[in-house]
Amino acid sequence: MAAPPRHSTMLSISNGGTPQSGPNDKQTQQQAQTLPQSPGLRVPSNRKTIYDRHLNRSRNAELSRASFAYLFGEMVTYAQRRVTGIQDLEKRLNEQGYPLGLRLLDLLFYRSTSTSSSALSSSSTSSSPPNRPLRIITLLHLIHGPLWRLLFGRSADALEHSVSPDTPNEYMITDNDPLVNTYISVPREMSMLNCAAFVAGIIEGVCDGCGFETKVSAHNQPTEMWPSRTVFLVRFGDSVMEREKVLERSGVK
Amino acid sequence: MSANKTSRIGEETRVDKVNAELVTLTYGTIVAQLCQDYDSDYQEVNKQLDKMGYNIGMRLIEDFLAKSGVGRCANFKETADMIAKVGFKIFLNVTPTVTNWASDNNQFSLIFEDNPLADFVELPDDGRAQDELWFSNILCGVLRGSLEMVQMQIEAHFVSDVLRGDETTEMRVSLVRYIEDEMPPEEE
Repeated sequence: MAAPPRHSTMLSISNGGTPQSGPNDKQTQQQAQTLPQSPGLRVPSNRKTIYDRHLNRSRNAELSRASFAYLFGEMVTYAQRRVTGIQDLEKRLNEQGYPLGLRLLDLLFYRSTSTSSSALSSSSTSSSPPNRPLRIITLLHLIHGPLWRLLFGRSADALEHSVSPDTPNEYMITDNDPLVNTYISVPREMSMLNCAAFVAGIIEGVCDGCGFETKVSAHNQPTEMWPSRTVFLVRFGDSVMEREKVLERSGVK
Repeated sequence: MSANKTSRIGEETRVDKVNAELVTLTYGTIVAQLCQDYDSDYQEVNKQLDKMGYNIGMRLIEDFLAKSGVGRCANFKETADMIAKVGFKIFLNVTPTVTNWASDNNQFSLIFEDNPLADFVELPDDGRAQDELWFSNILCGVLRGSLEMVQMQIEAHFVSDVLRGDETTEMRVSLVRYIEDEMPPEEE
């Protein structure tokens, strides 16, 4: 308890040396507030901060599916009040997913490093940290497998490349029964709407975070067996396709 | 109902599960969006979160009753126990401590040791968020909405939050009145 939280030093560095003190030291707080620069965040002295919590603590944690459904439902309802059409609504949901993708990417890398090193620690093989995907296929496998498993507890159902010669930059990831749509009932007049646009945003964030400029959209492709089957159309930008050719020639995997 | 029996209901009620981080991140993106839409007017963000929670609570109570199979509480103390040990256990997999009862038994605090909604969260370092934003304010609305559906008008607000640098996360819940049976609550 007597020792200051270890990140307080970090905070003071990032704030150019603003003095940090205990959270209940009112005097310092007031002093800090009069400074023109940001006073820095207060932290509880009992170390209940994100810096003191292991990033893997919630790795296998589960929560009620209903809670997710309620939150996601409110998110869609709220978004719907502020838009004029289906496209607008999907764009908004996509934008809300995007930052999650960026963060999940870090989390995925962090975790694949820590598992591979602990799995290999018993053997003499030295473990190499996983590389950021350089090629499209590696990236898509990361999304189809590890990302989907982190979010939904299973892999996606299919990964395909566009067969049309006009659109070699298009890939499709299929989810037969997306969790996010399970508790959403779309009114008839909005039948084009697919709220998995949120997940499309997450995918876009992951791709962008890896340096792959992409547009991702979610489309309803129901089958008799899977009424809410959704296809995520991943369209890579020209720069990505050009780079892909160069990497292919130089044999980068 | 004995306190032990109440916690057993909370422990034993089976619910479908989903990855906890998906819930955490989804809630985070909701709050972030509100902060953006309301231009970091945190008072307004608190209000909107409470409203969303209210909408959730009105529907959640039915789910709660169906899943837990519990009946009517004999008094407000029992209600508090039920909220902490069954409600929060089922829907957030945490059991906040019920404490700080007012002398008239109409007011108590919930102390959250863990709060899955706030995992991964650090408030914006803008000199205001830590004084104005109640990040988990949606929970107040959930309690207000769900209890209203079972004829209890309550008031709930956070009084401290570890995200603000406080030592604990504490919500204060007060019973305003029992709503008379013959008056069906109007839809919002």
